[in-house]
Amino acid sequence: MLTIATGNKAVAAAVKEVRPDVIAAYPITPQTEIVEQIAEYVTSGELDSRYIPVESEHSAMAACIGASITGARTFTATSSHGLLYMHEMVNWAAGARLPIVMANVNRAIGPGWNVWAEHTDAFQERDTGWLQVYVSTVQEAYDTTLMAFRIAEHEDVILPVMVNLDGFLLSHSMQSLDTLNAGDFVPPLHLPHAIDVLNPAGYGTLTGPDEHFRFRWEIEKSMRRSRKVIAETERDFAERFGRSYGVAEEYRYEDADVVVIAMGTLGKEAEVAVDLLRNEGVNAGSLRIRWLRPFPDFDLSGREVVVIDRDYSFGFGGVIAQSLMARQRVDLYSVIAGLGGQEVTYDDIAGFVRDRRPGTELWFGVNGDV
Amino acid sequence: MTEIPKEEFILKCTSACAGCPSTLILRYVLKAAGSDTVLVVPACCTSVIQGIYPNTAVNVPLYNVAFAAAAACASGMSEAFQKAGKKTNVIVYAGDGGTVDIGIQALSGAFERETDFLYICYDNEAYGNTGMQRSGSTPIGARTTTTPGGKVHAKKDLDAIVAAHNPSYLATACAAYPQDLFKKVQKALTLRGSKFIHVLAPCPPGWRFSSEMTVEMGKLAVRSGLWILYESEFGKVTINGPSKAAMIKPVPIEDYLSVQGRFKGIDRKAIDALKSQAEQRAKHLQKEAEGIC
Repeated sequence: MLTIATGNKAVAAAVKEVRPDVIAAYPITPQTEIVEQIAEYVTSGELDSRYIPVESEHSAMAACIGASITGARTFTATSSHGLLYMHEMVNWAAGARLPIVMANVNRAIGPGWNVWAEHTDAFQERDTGWLQVYVSTVQEAYDTTLMAFRIAEHEDVILPVMVNLDGFLLSHSMQSLDTLNAGDFVPPLHLPHAIDVLNPAGYGTLTGPDEHFRFRWEIEKSMRRSRKVIAETERDFAERFGRSYGVAEEYRYEDADVVVIAMGTLGKEAEVAVDLLRNEGVNAGSLRIRWLRPFPDFDLSGREVVVIDRDYSFGFGGVIAQSLMARQRVDLYSVIAGLGGQEVTYDDIAGFVRDRRPGTELWFGVNGDV
Repeated sequence: MTEIPKEEFILKCTSACAGCPSTLILRYVLKAAGSDTVLVVPACCTSVIQGIYPNTAVNVPLYNVAFAAAAACASGMSEAFQKAGKKTNVIVYAGDGGTVDIGIQALSGAFERETDFLYICYDNEAYGNTGMQRSGSTPIGARTTTTPGGKVHAKKDLDAIVAAHNPSYLATACAAYPQDLFKKVQKALTLRGSKFIHVLAPCPPGWRFSSEMTVEMGKLAVRSGLWILYESEFGKVTINGPSKAAMIKPVPIEDYLSVQGRFKGIDRKAIDALKSQAEQRAKHLQKEAEGIC
């Protein structure tokens, strides 16, 4: 059904479609609209889920963990400080192999208080064993949330998935949305290690070095297998519903000499910049990274690369830029832009490409002279 | 005498210390709860007592969870079981640190939401698992590894905090009175909503007494009036037999303190504070039991 919705409402609508058994939620700007909308669905009877209005994000994830280990489908949503507050349980969810799906509305970390878009919040959970995907449109937020449940719950994965959308820029932007009858696209969840009182077991028992190490390797193996599951899920989604995105979305990429790489809404904005540059005779293209974990592999050899990070690892650099350089030999121009919701237009992005200085790092609007 | 089932859910392969009250308590909790039960255990002595992977000494599903998260985890579990139409008992089994200190926010939230579960705090009055550091539940005057001169602050009144949430059921119990504990767990599990049992767990290495004295130490705690056995069903308070007797004719609290190494060198002021707290608590509970307040 074609409608108009914000990114937040699109996520809530997708959650309604897959009908989690238990949703535990705590409000935080700019995510609140998701849990409010879900509360509306539950109150009106449109969604037959147990809704637990917990007293903190730490408890939100703990409640999802408790529900999930019984074999229930679970969902929560958070942002920024909320995500950081639940950090311990974010690790626990992955270590316990629970296919929880969480929407994280990307927002800067204080102090000072800043409620606008930045990817640093989710990046602090980068190494926890969660799959992470970043979306750029309302439709993509909806479609990806549906796919997230299927990927998380797939027997070859059984890991939690975090769906990231940019605070306000996407969470509060109205765009057209085609909601779906997902049918059996997301099959019923069968958690292989669900609690069974007829077959009692200890969960998370004291574990020695050898077994601990082996369990970490199991997570890594599942993370590697998830690439195939993501591809299969995308393919089936495209066949059923006619839309596909890929692990990274390419735009005029094939013959591009210079490629702009970004995530989230900046990655979409970059497509307009590419059109501008092409009109000027610059052979530009863009690559919008969707899946941060597992990190995508692509070949950038023979191209110039401009990476825009809406994040920073102090004393290290832009996380995407540094990650790409760690994976392949590429002399890229690293741009740090959009922190704390800084406005970055397609003209600005075209400017980054025109003025690119490979091997250097630009803090847009801050250290332009360096 | 209450008929206590012979079935054992604590198997003979725990890694508990000799004379461990926590294991004793859990044994009777599970006898009362039966096999359709899941335990949620935050970091505490029971994290270790249950054994090392891939073995377990507990014959019901036991979910270990992070220190602050037990009550919240149980909330999710309870709701999920209800959604699935299951009547499985969800029981949090947590130490005092995980209850009165780091876990109190989750505890408060779960009780405010009237989560259908039973929360049992086994209270050995310190962080036993990490080697006896003070907790909010350590009594005044007790030496721990972080209060080498004796604790200067009073024991937190956990029961009053829980009572303020108006739970369906609230009771105290003690490792030395297994019949009483068994009955209280059984009763709690017949009621819907949030139930709470606070069990005193005299800890031989932590309190520094000989390991065959666990039961005796629990009895002294009750007979001296420092630990009062009572229960409150939907707010109606009943003081249980052993504590009624202790209120009429208590043994001197010095008899309880002098046999524990942790109270060695305790000063008069701290003893008086302990006495005064015990008396005030008894008076308050007597009034509640009589329906005066």
